[in-house]
Amino acid sequence: MIFEIVLPVALTGVIISAAAALKFRDMMASVVLLCAMSLFMAASFYILQAPDVAIAEASIGAGISTAVYVIAVSKTGRREDEKGD
Amino acid sequence: MDGKGSSRIVRNVTCMLSVPVMVFGLYVVLHGHLTPGGGFAGGAVMATFIALFMVSFGKDISRRLDSGPFSVSESLALLAFVGIALLGIQVTFFSNFLANSGLLFGLTVPFGTNPGFLGTGGVTPLMNLAVGLEVFSGLSLILIVMFRSGGDGDNA
Repeated sequence: MIFEIVLPVALTGVIISAAAALKFRDMMASVVLLCAMSLFMAASFYILQAPDVAIAEASIGAGISTAVYVIAVSKTGRREDEKGD
Repeated sequence: MDGKGSSRIVRNVTCMLSVPVMVFGLYVVLHGHLTPGGGFAGGAVMATFIALFMVSFGKDISRRLDSGPFSVSESLALLAFVGIALLGIQVTFFSNFLANSGLLFGLTVPFGTNPGFLGTGGVTPLMNLAVGLEVFSGLSLILIVMFRSGGDGDNA
């Protein structure tokens, strides 16, 4: 049951939050979505019976790298340049 | 962040979460030889608290965080790791001279299925502690240096 239902939900959450993080123009929203992607990834690692990797992913991906991104965004600017693409 | 950091709610939740986060990190480090995790994961969990603190309290308070003690403890943890590895040099480098000795962490593991005993493992828990301190200090040092350098932090 857990492999048929919970794992596809977690992996779909990974894909959706990663695509949404690419789509948003607000940098802070993208950072929060990357944090959510990391949490979904940690959940799927835990389901795949790798709790060691899940702990590392949750603390590094959702904690440290989110803080690094927030610091970087607060030092450079929140809006992405519209003429960039 | 406008120098004051985040709102009062975020600050209060950070203060409430500080003790559980640090205790969970220490738990992961100390039980590294029994449960999933270990020095690196536990140290990263503890460094997450420093990251939370800096993001929620802003630059006015975070710039007062001194990088000196973190640098010193990082170096000391590295020295402790290599020193513990060198202590078993009569046999080999990294020799587990404390296992089954009855000293610190030196209990003998009973035969068969058991819940896991904290006092076992010999030299491994000490090295986990050293790696945990090392990772905690190193990641905190990276965050502190990054928070201080460049920019004024007033753009978002």
